[in-house]
Amino acid sequence: MSATAIKIDDPNVFHLEEEPHHEEGSSTMLGFWLYLMSDCLIFAMLFAVFGVVGGNYAAGPGPKELFDLELVAVNTAMLLFSSITYGFAMLAMDKNKTRQTLIWLAVTGLFGLAFLGIELYEFAHLIHEGATPQRSAFLSAFFTLVGTHGLHVTFGIIWLVTLMVQVSWKGLIPANKRRLMCLSMFWHFLDVIWIGVFTFVYLLGMVR
Amino acid sequence: MSADKNDHSPESHDTDHLGHEGHNHGSFKSYLIGFVLSVILTAIPFWLVMTGVLPTQATALIVMAFAVVQIVVHMIYFLHMNSKSEGGWTMLALIFTIIVVVIALSGSLWVMYHLNTNMMPSTHDMSQMSS
Repeated sequence: MSATAIKIDDPNVFHLEEEPHHEEGSSTMLGFWLYLMSDCLIFAMLFAVFGVVGGNYAAGPGPKELFDLELVAVNTAMLLFSSITYGFAMLAMDKNKTRQTLIWLAVTGLFGLAFLGIELYEFAHLIHEGATPQRSAFLSAFFTLVGTHGLHVTFGIIWLVTLMVQVSWKGLIPANKRRLMCLSMFWHFLDVIWIGVFTFVYLLGMVR
Repeated sequence: MSADKNDHSPESHDTDHLGHEGHNHGSFKSYLIGFVLSVILTAIPFWLVMTGVLPTQATALIVMAFAVVQIVVHMIYFLHMNSKSEGGWTMLALIFTIIVVVIALSGSLWVMYHLNTNMMPSTHDMSQMSS
């Protein structure tokens, strides 16, 4: 819109004469952050459910009989390691080192897989002992909350592999950097959620 | 820092690549600080609960306090939250989310706790229910 198109005596002009130029994808990060915040609300609801019915064992097993804190500690370490290795991938990306970025992403993925493996082992162990989601309200809430987090990690790993393929094909182009930054936020966000899970579900479950 | 300059006028830096638009990715040092702090803030609660050196109530309070601190550490060192990124909109969204989460969590727990205690069936009702 050129300035000459606007009449000087026209009192009602509600737009700028020249729209500021926005780079492609310049609002992606903010949009993704807003998605994460809405995801945060989903987890908040699941935490609320667990907080309300987490003590209803229906005469079934409680946290003290079920949880193995050493396993949870190992799991927490896996997720924490994956967080810092993803950080290293981002640092390598900043220096435009494609190969190094890919290696760190692969390490992150392996830690993520280890986390998932341990979690699935724990779930299988619980179900084997008869502590199924149907057993009590506590177990329903537990499996929903921890399972939703695990599902997020699963999708995060799928996303990670997808991006590794993309980066190895096209290199660290701006679009790929943007995608890696989004996944970075997603991945660290999942670690934040896990802090809540191991604190409120496992640790406080043991001292309840 | 170019990231800070960008926040108020992102369109003025057309040549700057996307990676620096209101986002800094931290440095090796900041990631390491965050990691070490997280390890400490994770290890102490686990140790407290596993050994049970403190009374239950004190353990629970310390564990919750450490979780809150660790979440803040993650936000700052891993998610690189600050009041300036994206012109302050990420922080605003975060504050809004925290308010909603606090209302939802405290509200649910409060209401449901009272519902539980006020509507707790007597032992007579319980025996009827289980039969």
